[in-house]
Amino acid sequence: MRLKKNIAVSDTGFVFNPTTGDSFSINQVGQEIIRLLKEEKSVEEVKSNITSVYEIDASSFEKYYFDFLSMLRQFELLDEEDEH
Amino acid sequence: MEKKPFERPYIKKLQAGMPSKFGMKSQAEPITHIDNIPVSELLNDYGSPVYVISEKTIREKYKKARHAFTTRYPKVQYAWSYKTNYLDAVCRIFHQEGSWAEVVSGFEYDKAILNGVKGSQIIFNGPDKTDEDLKKAIENDSLIHIDHFDEMYSIIALSEKSGKRPKVAIRVNMDTGVYPMWDRFGFNYENGDAWDAINRIMINEKLDLVGLHTHIGTYMLTSNAYKIAAGKLADLAYGIERKYGVSIKYIDMGGGFASQNTLKGAYYPGSDTLPSFDEYAEAISSAILNSELNPRNLPILILESGRALIDDAGYLLGTVIANKRLSNGNRATIVDVGVNLLFTSFWYEHEVYPAAPVSEHLEETTIYGPLCMNIDVLREAIAFPLLKKGDHFVIKRIGAYNMTQWMQFITLRPNVVLIGLDGQVHIIRKQESMDNITEQEAVPVHLKEI
Ligand SMILES: Cc1ncc(COP(=O)(O)O)c(C=O)c1O
Repeated sequence: MRLKKNIAVSDTGFVFNPTTGDSFSINQVGQEIIRLLKEEKSVEEVKSNITSVYEIDASSFEKYYFDFLSMLRQFELLDEEDEH
Repeated sequence: MEKKPFERPYIKKLQAGMPSKFGMKSQAEPITHIDNIPVSELLNDYGSPVYVISEKTIREKYKKARHAFTTRYPKVQYAWSYKTNYLDAVCRIFHQEGSWAEVVSGFEYDKAILNGVKGSQIIFNGPDKTDEDLKKAIENDSLIHIDHFDEMYSIIALSEKSGKRPKVAIRVNMDTGVYPMWDRFGFNYENGDAWDAINRIMINEKLDLVGLHTHIGTYMLTSNAYKIAAGKLADLAYGIERKYGVSIKYIDMGGGFASQNTLKGAYYPGSDTLPSFDEYAEAISSAILNSELNPRNLPILILESGRALIDDAGYLLGTVIANKRLSNGNRATIVDVGVNLLFTSFWYEHEVYPAAPVSEHLEETTIYGPLCMNIDVLREAIAFPLLKKGDHFVIKRIGAYNMTQWMQFITLRPNVVLIGLDGQVHIIRKQESMDNITEQEAVPVHLKEI
């Protein structure tokens, strides 16, 4: 699971997809996840990273995390190739 | 190190200049306190969901509504519309403020008596009054508002037996330029039925015609309809005076003033578009004052406002059960408040607020209740903050009709609390228990064993 390479992320929480011209706004937790995905972190790494900073337990976070990924997929921001 | 509060991760596609059906108005500002009591404390102490009523707001609204009329018309009397909210504590606040009672059933009538309202200060409306109800009302000198000729003749028959002269008014329906016209209650003005009813009462002499009543509809968006209605009742009153030399003691304009809720499908929020008490008062008062009626002997003006007086004082607090995504990718939030507790969500786009500060990110959401039924939708489309399981929310302006039209469906009704002027929280209706339900049931012997 990787963010598409050409996706641009600004410090203020805006995401731009140069292929489609779409832009997006993201909340703070979303931004941190995007940053971790850019660094190609694994699910476990994202989980431990977020749960150490935020008031949330790992299993609750996992649910929101996968939901977020499905939004990224819906907006065609993920690189799906290496999933196979 | 203290951890940061967690908000669901969220990404939203930006669409330039495309207003969506979700509207522009958002509810990201939290409601953390009601009359200085923390919402979290209320939920903690009284369970979720819980209804909360502010005594302060009721009294303030009432005073404002009264002031709008008393500054324009010399004799004003409010009568609390029991059906809107007949919890005893609520009724008694209105009665302490000087309201009479307006009831539409034997049950409501008995409640008003139990609340200590004098019989002569109870207005008895509605199409279904049994002979038993009518006997009681006649005995107590209550004001009986006649809905149809069958009722008129029942009252005449009962008065012959009791030897009392019942005090009555007729309910009049009429064209005020507002559609649909409420012509199923009372006697029509335009087709002459109202005069027919008046003539029969006056000629018969067994009944004392003291008032004229109308209730032109509910949630009236224009004050002009009241001007037309008040003008028509004043004309009737003047006609009675001329023809029979009898002066009508009161004109009752019913209820129907809008609260600030937004009707479903309305383009602008209710708070931006609806007439104020002052506008309604101006329309009604000026119509009576400008009529032919003798200014030295004006009738009392009675008002039966319901929702406009109590909606703002009521809150419904609840908790998020889950978040989901629908098949089309749209977000759904499931909460522990359903249409069983929020009947008015069939009419209104209720405002739902988070109970704690949230980020500015809003998601287009459908809010569902917990009822396991397709009709259980609180808001079809609302721009809503990213609440997660266990987060609390506050639904605003729900004081009218919900605590009378609620349904005991698949669960028990929750606590209703009043935040008193004393700053204390009082339970005014206890959470129901299984016993409350099963006590009413009976199991035949052959079904005892299963
Ligand atoms: C006779 C009568 N009076 C008063 C009311 C209260 O109406 P509202 O809550 O719209 O003010 C009603 C409601 O239907 C009514 O039927």
